[in-house]
Amino acid sequence: MTSSNPSLESTRPPARRTEWIITLLIRVAGYLSIFYVALISLFLLKEGLPALTDVPLSSLAGKFWYPIEGYYSLWPLIFGSLTVTLGAALFAVPLGLGTAIFLSEVAPKWVKETLKPLVELLAGLPSVVLGFVGILVLSPFIRKAFDLPTGLTAFTGALLLGWAAIPTIVSIAEDALYGVPRSYREAALAVGATPWQVIWGVTLPAARSGVLTAVMLGIGRVIGETMAVMMVTGNAPVLPSGLGALFGPVRTMTATIASEMGEVATGSQHYQVLFLIGIVLFALSLIINITAFMVSNRRTQRVERLLS
Amino acid sequence: MNLPKPFLTARQTQKVGYAALAGIAVLTVIPIIALFIYILIAGLPAISWEFLSGFPRDGMRSGGILPAILGTLYLTLGTALFSVPPGIAAAVYLAEYAPDNGLTRTIRIAMINLSGIPSVVYGLFGLGLFVLFLKFGTSILAASLTLSIMTLPVIISTTEEALRSVPTSFRVVSISMGASKWETIWRIVLPQGLPGIITGIILGLERAAGETAPILFTGAAFFLPNLPNSPLDPTMALPYHLFVISTQIPGMPIQIQYGTVLVLLTFVLGMNLIANFIRSRARARRHW
Repeated sequence: MTSSNPSLESTRPPARRTEWIITLLIRVAGYLSIFYVALISLFLLKEGLPALTDVPLSSLAGKFWYPIEGYYSLWPLIFGSLTVTLGAALFAVPLGLGTAIFLSEVAPKWVKETLKPLVELLAGLPSVVLGFVGILVLSPFIRKAFDLPTGLTAFTGALLLGWAAIPTIVSIAEDALYGVPRSYREAALAVGATPWQVIWGVTLPAARSGVLTAVMLGIGRVIGETMAVMMVTGNAPVLPSGLGALFGPVRTMTATIASEMGEVATGSQHYQVLFLIGIVLFALSLIINITAFMVSNRRTQRVERLLS
Repeated sequence: MNLPKPFLTARQTQKVGYAALAGIAVLTVIPIIALFIYILIAGLPAISWEFLSGFPRDGMRSGGILPAILGTLYLTLGTALFSVPPGIAAAVYLAEYAPDNGLTRTIRIAMINLSGIPSVVYGLFGLGLFVLFLKFGTSILAASLTLSIMTLPVIISTTEEALRSVPTSFRVVSISMGASKWETIWRIVLPQGLPGIITGIILGLERAAGETAPILFTGAAFFLPNLPNSPLDPTMALPYHLFVISTQIPGMPIQIQYGTVLVLLTFVLGMNLIANFIRSRARARRHW
């Protein structure tokens, strides 16, 4: 007898020690998402922030994106992304929400079960396939329909990306509508509202935060879209003038990174500015996703308050 | 008192409204159906054994796409290797261990952010960390690691949902019979949730298999005369190959482009169909 106070650790049977190690590994894996987000921010900042000191501000805030001559203005690219995204939203939001309302509130069960997998199929379509179809089918059509010199325009990109964003909007908005308690609808029907009035007067307002989340995440998807938009918008990083810009070629932030990163020297000014664009995109997606999370979280909290 | 007569009665408004909604839904869905039929009809004549098993020739203007098919297979397997084990472990943590506190909410916000980051930004990150900082070079390894981080949130969230759908009573019974928490998870919860977990993994990998932007600067090669020999070699891949032959090569025969699209879609949607099949079969068999 040497020790009068055996510690728990030494008497622990091996099985419990294994369990302790496994639990630790699981816990570490649980925190992995936070670690990765931190790692991504770190490396984007590390490679991109030097651009702010190395590249003259007059160039960054100028009017031209012309890297060979040292003109690195982000404005034409931001404008390109903005044009395509707004165009896509104008197209995707009504179609997406309309489809979601139809599937959730109007369609008979068999229609819903036929249409929903088709919409999900669109969600799984690789971006590059979308771009391929855009080049081969959509862009010649738009060139003819609007009598343009080229079919590779911001409008083509907006149409294609809007269509691709529809599944995101449909699935989240439909979830939100589905989450509205039956009793809300029944109460409105009982006092004499038609089902149509119930949709607009009760169900949609009750699901508004989820619908807002759907729209925001749909827009987030459009901003981040890369391959399809690069293939169909014509790759012209110019500041446009007037409304006609919608029917001319543009270039988005994402497409600029994708088409130029392969050819720059590591650590050069051009390289740093491309990472700076990455930082802008990363920050945008953080803002959109955190806002969407808070909006949809507020909804559950309110429902919990109502039910308690 | 006379109320002005409305232009449409409530019932008529409803009819018009429903018709409009149905029209919108049809407008959304018809191009989807048309697209798949179009690609199937245009691509089928290009498919032959030589096309699937041959190397590209004449500056990719003839021959097959075997290196691209195999490359996508390698990348998908590599992604699975780096995303499935940590993804399942993270889901077990969230479903079985995580307390409802600020830290857990931070994990969820981080997951949502990971799934929202633009794919090309993942490409930049992979270039900065895996290719340059860790010196893996443009390689299958660097590209798989990049894709695995992108896939992680999909696997975590679907696996967590599968685990949560296992009834609590299963856990209670197991614990009350003397099993430890981990034994309960390993012997009861994970096996019961398995179909849902597999579905989630396939859906995550499906997305990775079709991605182009994250592998652009981390592992994809324009053209390679040989198959890659090690994970440290770059590789051709179907999505990038499609991008190359549809935009970068003048005078590219359209047949090869259609054939490549069809093979890529079959690869991706085949995974989707398998996932849905497993999910519906498990649902039909579930007896709780």
